[in-house]
Amino acid sequence: MEPIIRVENISKTFQANNGQVEAVKNISFSIEKGDIFGIIGLSGAGKSTLVRCLNLLEKQSEGNIYIDGKNLMKLSSKELRKQRQDIGMIFQHFNLLMQRNVVDNICFPLEIAGVGRKQAKKRALELLETVGLTEKARAYPAQLSGGQKQRVAIARVLANNPKILLCDEATSALDPQTTKSILNLLKEINQKYGITIVVITHEMAVVREICSKVAVLDHGRLVEEGTVEALFGAPKTEEAKQLILNTYA
Amino acid sequence: MQNLGIRVLFMGNNFARLLGGLWITIRISLIAVALSIVFGILLGMLMTVKNPITKALTKIYLEFIRIMPQLVLLFLVFFGLTKSFGINLSGEVSAVIVFTLWGTAEMGDLVRGALISIPKHQYESGAAIGLTKWQVYCYIIIPQILARLVPLAINLTTRMIKTTSLVALIGVVEVLKVAQQIIEANRYTVPDSALWIYGTIFFLYFFACWPISLVAKRLEKKWKTA
Repeated sequence: MEPIIRVENISKTFQANNGQVEAVKNISFSIEKGDIFGIIGLSGAGKSTLVRCLNLLEKQSEGNIYIDGKNLMKLSSKELRKQRQDIGMIFQHFNLLMQRNVVDNICFPLEIAGVGRKQAKKRALELLETVGLTEKARAYPAQLSGGQKQRVAIARVLANNPKILLCDEATSALDPQTTKSILNLLKEINQKYGITIVVITHEMAVVREICSKVAVLDHGRLVEEGTVEALFGAPKTEEAKQLILNTYA
Repeated sequence: MQNLGIRVLFMGNNFARLLGGLWITIRISLIAVALSIVFGILLGMLMTVKNPITKALTKIYLEFIRIMPQLVLLFLVFFGLTKSFGINLSGEVSAVIVFTLWGTAEMGDLVRGALISIPKHQYESGAAIGLTKWQVYCYIIIPQILARLVPLAINLTTRMIKTTSLVALIGVVEVLKVAQQIIEANRYTVPDSALWIYGTIFFLYFFACWPISLVAKRLEKKWKTA
C-alpha cells in the first residue's frame, strides 16, 4: 500500500546573513496511514523545518514530498490550499482567534471552506464534545487554560476532517499532567477517525506515550528510524541514546 | 460685559463663522486620516515585502515626507503643480493630498512596526488551515495590528488636526484664518479681542480632539479584554 506521506531526499537550505544554513539534509522516510509518527530531536535539529515542508509552509530546496501519492511541488496554489485543509496543524502557541469565542473559533475554518453558518455551528458543537469542552462553548480564549486552548485548537483542526494532523511541539507549553491528557486525546482521535498524526517534540516521554514509530533527527540529519520499542530497547546510535538518557536523567 | 473682548464673539454671526472654519479644519483632517489609514495599511504591508526594490522605494518615500516640512509640501502641491503642470487644485484639495501623503507615510511606518511584531507562527497557522495570503491578513493579522495601532493612529489624527492650521497659508479659510479676520475687522472697536478669540479657538481645538482620545481609550480597552 502507498504510504500516506512519502518524503524523498529532501534538503532545506536557508539564506542567513552569515552564509547558508542547511537545516535539513537529505532526509527520506515514509509514514503509513493511521500511524502516530514521532519526530524527535534537540532544538535546532531541523524538526520544525521538516514538518513545515510536509504542508509546504516551507518549500524544500531539494527532493519531493508525496501526500497520498500526490507530489506537493506539482500542485497549483489553489490545489495546495485545498490540500492544506486535509493536513491539519497545531502549534505550541495554540493560535486561537482572541476576538472570537470557542464555538466561533472552531467554525472559522468551516466558514472559510464555504460551509453554512448553521451547519458549521452544529459541527463545532459535536467537535467540542469530542475534545470534552462542551461547557466552554461561549468562553473566550483568554478565559481558558493552556490545556483547554489546545483542545479548542484540536477541535478547530478537526473541523475540516483532515487526513493528517501535524503537531509542532503541541504540548511543550503545558505541564506534565495536561500534556498527558492532550496526548490521550490525540490517541483517541487517531483511533476514532483514523487520522495519521505526526508529532514533533523534544521530549522522549511524549514519543513513548503515543507514538508507534519514531525518527530521530540530529543537526538536520535523520540518524535513526524505527518502532518505538526498537528505539527504546536497543538504540543504535549515540544521538538516540543521549536523547533517551536525557529523559531519565 | 460691554468692555470685554468676548462680545466680539456674539456680534453678527462671528461665532457661527468660527464654527464654519472649524468644520473645514475637521473635514480636511478626517478625509486625510481616513485615506491615510487605508493607504497606510497597504504601504505598511508593502514595506514588509522582502524585495529590495519595494524596500528602497518605500524607504525613500518615507524619508522624503518625514524630512520635508508640511508647509513646503503644501506649497509644492498648491503652487508647484499649477506653475509647472497647469494643474489647478483648490486649496482644500491640495491640503487633503498633502495630509494624506504625510499620514500615509507615518501610518505605513506604524503598520510596518505592528506587522513585524506579529510572530511568524500566526501567519503559518493561517496558511496551515488553507487560507490565502489575503485571508491571512484580513482575518488574522489586521485584527491584531488594529488593536496595537489604535493609540498610535489617534495620536497621528490629533497631530493632523493641529497641523491643518498651516493650510491658511495656501488660502484655505479654516478656523484660524476666520479668527484672524474677525480680530482684524474689529481692531479699532474691540482692540483686546485677540485674547478672547484665540482663547475660544483653544477650546474649539480641545473639544475637537478630546472626544477622539476618549473613543480611542474605549476601543483600546474593548479590544484588549475581548
